[in-house]
Amino acid sequence: MVVHIPRNWRIRQQRYRLVGERCERCGNALFPPRDTCPHCAESAQTSYMLSGRGQVYSYSVMYDGPQGYEAYLPYTVALIKLEEGPMVTAQLTDVHPDEVHIGMPVEMVTRKLTEEGPEGQIVYGYKFRPRLRAN
Amino acid sequence: MRDVAIIGIGQTPVGEHWDRSLRHLAHDAVRAALHDAGVERPDALYVGNMLSGELVGQEHLGALIADFVGLRGVEAVKIEAACGSGAAALRMGYIAVAGGIHDVVVVAGVEKMTDSPSEVITSALAMAADQEYEAGQGISFVALNAMLMRRYMHEFRVPHDAFAGFAVNAHHNAVGNPNAMFPRPITVEAYQQAAMIADPINLLDSSPVCDGAAAVVLAPADSEVARRARQAHGIARIIGSAIATDSVAIHDRRDPLFLEAAFLSCQKAYAQAQVTPADIDLFELHDAFSIMAALSLEAAGFARRGEGVRLAMNGDITLEGRIPISTMGGLKARGHPVGATGVYQIVEIVQQLTGRAGPNQLPSARLGMAQNIGGSGATVITHILEAAD
Repeated sequence: MVVHIPRNWRIRQQRYRLVGERCERCGNALFPPRDTCPHCAESAQTSYMLSGRGQVYSYSVMYDGPQGYEAYLPYTVALIKLEEGPMVTAQLTDVHPDEVHIGMPVEMVTRKLTEEGPEGQIVYGYKFRPRLRAN
Repeated sequence: MRDVAIIGIGQTPVGEHWDRSLRHLAHDAVRAALHDAGVERPDALYVGNMLSGELVGQEHLGALIADFVGLRGVEAVKIEAACGSGAAALRMGYIAVAGGIHDVVVVAGVEKMTDSPSEVITSALAMAADQEYEAGQGISFVALNAMLMRRYMHEFRVPHDAFAGFAVNAHHNAVGNPNAMFPRPITVEAYQQAAMIADPINLLDSSPVCDGAAAVVLAPADSEVARRARQAHGIARIIGSAIATDSVAIHDRRDPLFLEAAFLSCQKAYAQAQVTPADIDLFELHDAFSIMAALSLEAAGFARRGEGVRLAMNGDITLEGRIPISTMGGLKARGHPVGATGVYQIVEIVQQLTGRAGPNQLPSARLGMAQNIGGSGATVITHILEAAD
């Protein structure tokens, strides 16, 4: 298994706090950060923290998983349309698959994603759960 | 720019080849194609492959395969564009011959998947997606396509059953292809009862894990080798060739349900070939999942947004239909050895255009289009082939 310690460290702001970027020219919020705005090709390096609130755009319940995720099967994954505009791919948590629907309001929480083997890193990151209140 | 023809084809059966290694599979396809073309020594070999490093522990396929097939010394490299690697390699061969850099080029696609356990294959295939922001969340490649399918069903009010026609057609056509992995028909009832992989994608929405290799030989259409091959068994000219790209991650797309790269590469290929969708006699599309067949038909201009699935419901995609697809079984039933698939599609179109498609032969096919997709729509390669009289 590949050791991902530097990679996981590099994207800690994204994984733990949904820190993206904002394009000063067209005003679009960007997540994940990419330094060049895909909408207007302008340099976009101003940090911008997203609220973590959004809606389910689509979802799937997985019955087959990649290495390192087998123990969690079956689990629900989703495309989340964030309030600020960007879409993010993430697992859903704290919800039964039968209760998930397109348009469901969700919010970002921090959860364990995987363990890189018995002596490897435990990887944490964002997942999304049904929004608890109209915050 | 020179006019380029495909003068020879070769393929191995698609399946679980426990007795043949990656290099042996490539060998069989390349030697068959060279023999078919009547060529002993091409100027270059381009190899399409996605997963040899991850699943076989072997990179450096250009030199490895060139040496193994008796071509030590020639220019040879591997080309990678995820599941679009095969057609990407063809595009490089086309550029080399059209541009006058080489006279005779062999293009091979090869993949060896079945030596590895399923969770390793699942992780390897997820390399076609964005590793940090898709795969890193535990998402499989199937699940990414499943989310597209669910959104399609939601936006266009389509039930899951509506997609059955894609799998039924693919399996029906595979029966007439001796190289297909699943040469047996399936019923709509079997489709409805198939086990879920990533809801709503079930086993019969999905192409299989498999091994295989295919190869084609390219040469200028007015060359002596092309003239001989034309007399021997017929050749096909490449009259359109284009690659277009989109974001690798689905979440970065402007509209996830519109394959923008497929639209762009089709438009470029149509313009080069000076044809429209109405002129195309068969379309080998990238039905890795049934949702991708629907989205490809829409992006290529055969159906309006949200109506690609109707072509399957109405029988328009069968061998007798308005736009036959997956005429030799497609990715679903011929099989999808990922880096080889783009070359299998070309081999099958050449079979159709030269009257060598056996029981699946279309009566008067003149123009065939192949579309090979890398990832869930990030790299899309479109080729248009014309029968040469």
